Amino acid sequence: MVYATLAEDLKELHHPKTWIGKYVWSQDHKVIAVQYMATAVATGLIALVLSDLFRLQIGFPGSVPFMTPEVYYQFITMHGMIMVIYLLTALFLGGFGNYLIPLMLGARDMVFPFVNMMSYWVFLLAVLVLVASFFVPGGPTGAGWTLYPPQAVLPGTPGRDLGIILMLASLAIFIIAFTMGGLNYVVTVLQARTRGMTLMRMPLSIWGIFVATILALLAFPALFVGAVMMMLDRILGTSFFMPAIVSMGQQLGYNGGSPILFQHLFWFFGHPEVYIVALPAFGIVSDLLSVHARKNIFGYRMMVWAIVIIGGLSFIVWAHHMYVSGMNPYFGFFFATSTLIIAVPTAIKVYNWVLTLWRGNIHFTVPMLFAIGFIFTFINGGLTGLFLGNVSVDVPLSGTYFVVAHFHMVMGVSPILVVFGALYHWYPKITGKMWNEKLGQLHFWFTFIGTYLIYFPMHYLGFLGMPRRYYEYGQTALVPQSAHMLNAFITVVALAVGVSQLIFFYNFIWSYFYGPKAEGNPWKATSLEWQTPDNPPAHGNWGPKLPTVYRWAYDYSVPGAVDDFIPQTVPADGTSRHHPT
Amino acid sequence: MWIGIAVFVLMVGSVLFHLLSPWYLTPIASNWTSIDDAINVTFWVTGAVFVAINSFLVYAVIKYRNKKRSRADYEPENAKLEKQLTLWTSVGIAMLLAPGLYAWAQFVDIPSNASVLEAVGQQWQWSYRFPGKDGVLGTTDIKNMNDTNPFGVNPDDPYGRDDVLVEDSTVHIPIGKPIKLVLRSKDVLHDFFVPQFRARMNLVPGSITYFWFTPTKIGEFEILCAQLCGVGHYAMRGTVIVDDQKTFDAWLSKQQTFAPARAGIRESVKQRG
Repeated sequence: MVYATLAEDLKELHHPKTWIGKYVWSQDHKVIAVQYMATAVATGLIALVLSDLFRLQIGFPGSVPFMTPEVYYQFITMHGMIMVIYLLTALFLGGFGNYLIPLMLGARDMVFPFVNMMSYWVFLLAVLVLVASFFVPGGPTGAGWTLYPPQAVLPGTPGRDLGIILMLASLAIFIIAFTMGGLNYVVTVLQARTRGMTLMRMPLSIWGIFVATILALLAFPALFVGAVMMMLDRILGTSFFMPAIVSMGQQLGYNGGSPILFQHLFWFFGHPEVYIVALPAFGIVSDLLSVHARKNIFGYRMMVWAIVIIGGLSFIVWAHHMYVSGMNPYFGFFFATSTLIIAVPTAIKVYNWVLTLWRGNIHFTVPMLFAIGFIFTFINGGLTGLFLGNVSVDVPLSGTYFVVAHFHMVMGVSPILVVFGALYHWYPKITGKMWNEKLGQLHFWFTFIGTYLIYFPMHYLGFLGMPRRYYEYGQTALVPQSAHMLNAFITVVALAVGVSQLIFFYNFIWSYFYGPKAEGNPWKATSLEWQTPDNPPAHGNWGPKLPTVYRWAYDYSVPGAVDDFIPQTVPADGTSRHHPT
Repeated sequence: MWIGIAVFVLMVGSVLFHLLSPWYLTPIASNWTSIDDAINVTFWVTGAVFVAINSFLVYAVIKYRNKKRSRADYEPENAKLEKQLTLWTSVGIAMLLAPGLYAWAQFVDIPSNASVLEAVGQQWQWSYRFPGKDGVLGTTDIKNMNDTNPFGVNPDDPYGRDDVLVEDSTVHIPIGKPIKLVLRSKDVLHDFFVPQFRARMNLVPGSITYFWFTPTKIGEFEILCAQLCGVGHYAMRGTVIVDDQKTFDAWLSKQQTFAPARAGIRESVKQRG
């Protein structure tokens, strides 16, 4: 096939001239990606330390001198909020989205580079506002990451003076930042693909990020209005979410609002949010498995449709978080059914990952280890979702440690394993250096085994009936001594996993300065980002002419071909069997 | 290679942990065995899937590990296999959904002979109200709440006059009779959670929520608030004591009703005045 010259080929590039223009106020998607990643990981590190501290309180009550109930609730709240929004969402979309979309699609940059730059700096502002809440009188909010009113804005909850205001403000700012980035990602995917890169030739990483971004653009506005309305309730005394209340013996001025309305808004955002995090992870892990098993992803078209269907269904399952909220109980029939239906496309993805390994040529590289670790962890977390989604089964488990174990397994550990796999996978492209294999493996084993030991037994504390968000259990009849011992064990493992992350930081920082130089395509991968003329790719990514794409991203081990991979830029020569697209 | 062995060990370990673990559902003390049945069905189905997929994963990872001169197969799609997997997964999901929805249909269907008990939550304690001889709870309003009327019962509502008020975190209920538990909160969200009863529900300020259960075991059961309600959340406990009918009747007859309680208050106010 002959392709015409693109306008992009002829456009003159304006390279930044100063150090600040290149690395600080940069409009280069690769630099912005690294800025997003570094900020998200640094914020996540705070959340990790918070979790180890409150885990000490759970495992060994009283062992942390400053751990009052107030501090405990503030820490669990900040841990959850940071991990979900400021780490995972920002890292997958702002970080990997920014880095991979133009490089995997053969574009020079995002379509709106200036807006892209603004997106990062506004995101940084959101992080700073969030962090500032630790230093205001009363400290950050301790309302739980779900911020349910009326509790979040009433006395009796830590941080109700300033903490909650900063939290809501930070969320609103984050959403503004995300919207700038998100519109960019969607338009870039739709408009800036290079010649030959049809939608059905895009790597699944891009499909995951693309659909997740659409979800986020549709879901975050619900959180935005929820945050604004709660802010008005808190500051101006409106009653969006506040009914008539007697708080600590005081009649308050509120009347007529609905606390459940907030829950609907929150989860209308909150459930798609699970997939905003999960879909990029699904996409990326598909590519890791394919590259390192030297085999095409099994059932590519089915994988694409599964991502799209999961994305669509994710908007009609939100109230499965609210089975015992006091909403009309008849909703339970609908939401249980829609929730369990979503398990079908999700299961298909799992089958196809395993079938990708089947008859593969599996290289146990560090990214592959993380990818296999992900499959195992995700199977576990996905299956426990079938308990919680199934309305009546959820009733005794809701609000217990079973829920904590489930969502950490499915949307905490699983995506984080993919994040690590992806960082190891693309590190040589991003930095031009190679990390240390042994340290990478060590980091994997601590993280994979450790997190499983933390969260698998935790389900059983939930079966006992131990509610989450308890500062201490004291003398509770249904909590046997053995359960306290299990909690202590979990805390010890959590500390070990926390400390073992130092291996990762050491490896990446050391390798950046002293690591061996990486080849441009160390994994012998087919997708475009590995075919750049420079490593790491220079500003503009592609030299004078944009690449042309002739095939899908999964031509591995094609019968008759000499190498076991054929890059997307290699013209069709008739020897390979082509994917239907 | 090692990852295959590790996944195998974790898989077998998980199954053994489940079988040998001392921690499982706290013994049930209500009629909701249908919920336990649904949980058990879910365990069997998901457990089988857990073992099946992971065994296949382990087998694939070990068998197809990279060896010199080995090369992967090239098989982009297999429509037949994909259709089969979709079909059987859907069947499995339906098998899980059926017992779940069956139990839920019972959950939303309050028996007509259920007696009413109201639990009232506030930061961070419980209190209770029985409807009295007329079997009807008097209306309430947050506006009526004050030190002398902590339940906010409408003083003009004749139904409220015989309401039995229990200003204590412990309540008694009779065994073997269905109870519709009506829930009301003065301030923030709470959750009436007695793990042994399985059924539970949030308390939502501004509205009345409810659920039902039939206690089936005599004994003392702890209420654990299970919806974060502020800094004292973890200490918001109550006790339900399930009695035989005679003991329950004797206990109930000793509790104050709304009208005399108010009369008593008026009396003491007069005396002080």
